[in-house]
Amino acid sequence: MRAWVESIGLFAPGLVGWNAGREVLAGRAAYDNTPLPKYKPALLPPNERRRATNSVRIAFGACEDAVGDNLSEAADLAAVFASSGGDYGVHDQICRALMREEIAVSPTHFHNSVHNAAAGYWSIATGAHAPSVSLSAHDSSVAAGLLEALPLVTLEQLPTLLVFSDCEVVATMHSKRPVDEPFSCALWLTPEPTSRSLASVQVNANCTEGVESTCANGELERLRCNNPAARVLPLLELLALNQGGTAVIQGSSGQPVAVTVQFD
Amino acid sequence: MQALAISHYTLSSALGVGIDAQLSALREGRSGLGECRFDRGAELATYVGEVDGVDDVSLPPALAGFDCRNNRLAAMGLNADGFGAAVSQAVQRYGKDRIGVYVGTSTAGIYQTELAYRELSQNNDALPDWYNYAGTHNTYSIADFVRQYLGLQGPASAISTACSSSAKVFASAHRAIAAGYCDAAVVGGVDSLCLTTLFGFHALQLVAQDVCRPMDSERRGLSIGEAAGFALLERDHDGARMRLLGYGESGDAHHMSAPHPEGLGAIAAMQAALTRAELASHQVDYINLHGTGTAANDLAESRAVSALFGTDTPCSSTKGFTGHTLGAAGIAEAVFCLLAMEHGFAPQSLHCRNLDPEIACHVLLESRSAALRHVLSNSFGFGGSNCSLLLGMNSAVEA
Repeated sequence: MRAWVESIGLFAPGLVGWNAGREVLAGRAAYDNTPLPKYKPALLPPNERRRATNSVRIAFGACEDAVGDNLSEAADLAAVFASSGGDYGVHDQICRALMREEIAVSPTHFHNSVHNAAAGYWSIATGAHAPSVSLSAHDSSVAAGLLEALPLVTLEQLPTLLVFSDCEVVATMHSKRPVDEPFSCALWLTPEPTSRSLASVQVNANCTEGVESTCANGELERLRCNNPAARVLPLLELLALNQGGTAVIQGSSGQPVAVTVQFD
Repeated sequence: MQALAISHYTLSSALGVGIDAQLSALREGRSGLGECRFDRGAELATYVGEVDGVDDVSLPPALAGFDCRNNRLAAMGLNADGFGAAVSQAVQRYGKDRIGVYVGTSTAGIYQTELAYRELSQNNDALPDWYNYAGTHNTYSIADFVRQYLGLQGPASAISTACSSSAKVFASAHRAIAAGYCDAAVVGGVDSLCLTTLFGFHALQLVAQDVCRPMDSERRGLSIGEAAGFALLERDHDGARMRLLGYGESGDAHHMSAPHPEGLGAIAAMQAALTRAELASHQVDYINLHGTGTAANDLAESRAVSALFGTDTPCSSTKGFTGHTLGAAGIAEAVFCLLAMEHGFAPQSLHCRNLDPEIACHVLLESRSAALRHVLSNSFGFGGSNCSLLLGMNSAVEA
């Protein structure tokens, strides 16, 4: 199965926006992961912008970077949101509210606690009515997202925004899930090449052998290992370098998923 | 679309463990709802659909890291109706790496985190050693548990789109099989009682104090339930009696926790399921409604159903039997649809005493005998995530 990459969105400390992040991934600019200010989603109506949680904002950082000004096309995109853990901060606040003598859970926290919160906000922001899947496969969520999205694009012929995002884990839960920094990436995939296509990607789910790809830069490799959404970095490096090749990403049952990038 | 064979299925809910318990309750009009006694949920005046005996389930020692209410409920469900044996036979046919696993959940084992947080104060704000995040609270824990419990090595993921989760697993499994990732798939849904959902829905003022009464003029909200259900899907073959004929997915793009008032997303999902199944609306013999029992949901769904099917197609919400089982609602109600086709009856909308005059669709206040060939099941969730499944029975194939 082969899909074409129409655009790429990227949002993480030191990798803010694809245009700047690409330079870092290609080794042409230094990686400086200074923490970022809170992202303000531009496409959300004021009420939803106010209610948007950390994980929603992080996902929007990549989504808005990927679609840019192409808002009418964004409304026609299907979506796959792959995230290992959703919003740890919201779960933390709810669990703390449940400890109190008088329990009062915030209704907004509750509706923000669903794993598909980012997908819901994104559909409201863009007016997209197309199918949208939110999934998790723990540390293999990137591979699972690729496997979910490719048949949506190729078999159902739906241009799709494939989003990988995970936020940093709050202090209380950090010892059990040590994710230090946020990371999100969005790939706008189309079933046929267009005048804007950057490359094509082919996904092989049944690749029984293959060693997981790593990042040559030690700091990026640390990020890849630390944030489950950053497992996509070896694929992004190929795209940043304009270089054909195959990235191998760990799949959910231990089977690797191979993604082959072609520029032609 | 290319249909999928539904080779085996099982469901455990407040009605009991396994499909015989579901069937007898559906036929007798017996609800599984009772006054909430679950943990501090007892502080709320509400009814829940609790599954008896979940705490007594023990997991195999090798899977001890998964131990929590949600995975115990999953194990209880997988042990029913010979489901594990049916999967073992499929492993013989296809190989364990050729069977995918797609499980829906909304909260997975978050109850385990709620329990762990209670120990923070005597533990210097640190989570206790016994607490295992990856095996219990992480959304994927339920899919990984099911995969390992059944000894499968195909692709696996947890689909988590709130209350449409375990309807959408059928769509994801269909795509995975069509793409050649696997030859068969275990799909299912598991959600278990926890304080997050009990107090969360209460905060949204969506929980009834009485039993839920979907479609009733005096409906006051939903009752929360828990369930574990599973189905084995394979490529279609002549010997298939039950089939997935179509699915439809859509987004409301309207509001995080309220449906579009005219049910526009619901219409799109139902229409997409009909189109995939190559069926016209008059060929659908029964609709299992999402029908949560909240004022807004039931009215919007009725408008959507009436717009697409008119007002003759029999329909009902079965949430008066089980409560709203959230991420397990899709599989629970798909199984009810399969049982309805298999045993020739359309279940009633239990607890609906006086049909809301604004509800125009044909709500069944009593169960009735009916030969059903094609049925539709609706599941709609927070974030405006909608999914409709079209299921069919080939009665020429013996049960």
